Amino acid sequence: MIQTFADWLIYEVIGLSADSRLGSSLDFFVYDSLKILLLLFLISALMGVVNAYFPIERLRNYLMTHRLYGLQYFLASLFGAITPFCSCSSIPLFIGFVKGGIPLGVTFAFLITSPLVNEVAVAMFLGSFGIKVTAIYVVSGILLGMIGGVVLGRMHLEPLLSDWVKQIQAQSSAQTAEWEEEKVSFFDRLPQILRDSWNIVKGVLVYVLIGIGIGAAMHGFVPEGFFETYLSKDNWLAVPLAVICAVPMYANAAGIVPVIEVFVAKGIPLGTAIAFMMAVVGLSLPEATLLKKVMTWRLVGIFFGVATLFIILSGYLFNIFL
Amino acid sequence: MEIKVLGSGCSRCHKALEMVEKVVKENGVDAHVEYVTDIMKIMEYNIMATPAVVVDGVVKIKGSVPSEAEVKKILGV
Repeated sequence: MIQTFADWLIYEVIGLSADSRLGSSLDFFVYDSLKILLLLFLISALMGVVNAYFPIERLRNYLMTHRLYGLQYFLASLFGAITPFCSCSSIPLFIGFVKGGIPLGVTFAFLITSPLVNEVAVAMFLGSFGIKVTAIYVVSGILLGMIGGVVLGRMHLEPLLSDWVKQIQAQSSAQTAEWEEEKVSFFDRLPQILRDSWNIVKGVLVYVLIGIGIGAAMHGFVPEGFFETYLSKDNWLAVPLAVICAVPMYANAAGIVPVIEVFVAKGIPLGTAIAFMMAVVGLSLPEATLLKKVMTWRLVGIFFGVATLFIILSGYLFNIFL
Repeated sequence: MEIKVLGSGCSRCHKALEMVEKVVKENGVDAHVEYVTDIMKIMEYNIMATPAVVVDGVVKIKGSVPSEAEVKKILGV
């Protein structure tokens, strides 16, 4: 349906030829933009509904009052995936978890998955790569958070927290914070949820258009197999190089996925591309400076190091199995 | 009235602040609006998501940018 509209707009209304480079690039641009923005709106709304009924406070209280024998890593990571991510919320969340006496490893599980699997990344992946690759991305993102959390938890890193956070941790109580259940009906909540979704779409609109624009331009002009020479599966350095370059990058998932889509179409192995995306979206310098407020540089380094290592490993795994 | 907008400086937090300031100004609410960015102060309110709006010491909104109608409601205008 969207394709029909794009074809109609470009070939009938504007009157470009489907065989021309400009025509096919523009067609691709209109189709991709509409599809992705629609997906983004729907997924944000879906996550908004889930969050309205399972707020993060409820997870924290649950983790505080139940012995879960390992399942807590899964729950923390899963929640990290479904909560809408805003880098500015990661610190309040971190402190909230520490305050509740939740182990550091579980908190890290949340902290890894939260930026990695977010509504924007999921919508962009779904729109660009389809359901199979998106499922792989989401599932491995959640696994990555769990494994990273368990490993970091085993390292006993509590002494490396900032002093004021250590104080909070010492005073932490298993007492559940007052949590007033809001009794608002679904239909009363829906307008707010839809408005939030629309705000998310509006917030990334420019990046989506720029990203797809660059992607569309490259789609028409970069020759097939262009990148294969440099970043083929046989080149075992490609994955770590791609990931390490991506860690300090703070590119919006919205802007970068359409570009990566073209890279993959032109011959970069999918596994390398997914690992690159994970590092771009999941780890960034602004996040590191934010985390510095609650932990020492050494701990920030260890956290980023462990996450980077696991992203590289999963890149190799994707390349073997995909 | 003592209004505090809590946020660590992200764009959503700025939007929340702008909305509160707009409603206060347009309706002539007798209130002092303060923007709190110090994370240690923010955490005293026991919230886990920013932005948040605190009116006379009570957290009224957390984790979302409020609409004009919502701000009017919590300010009683």
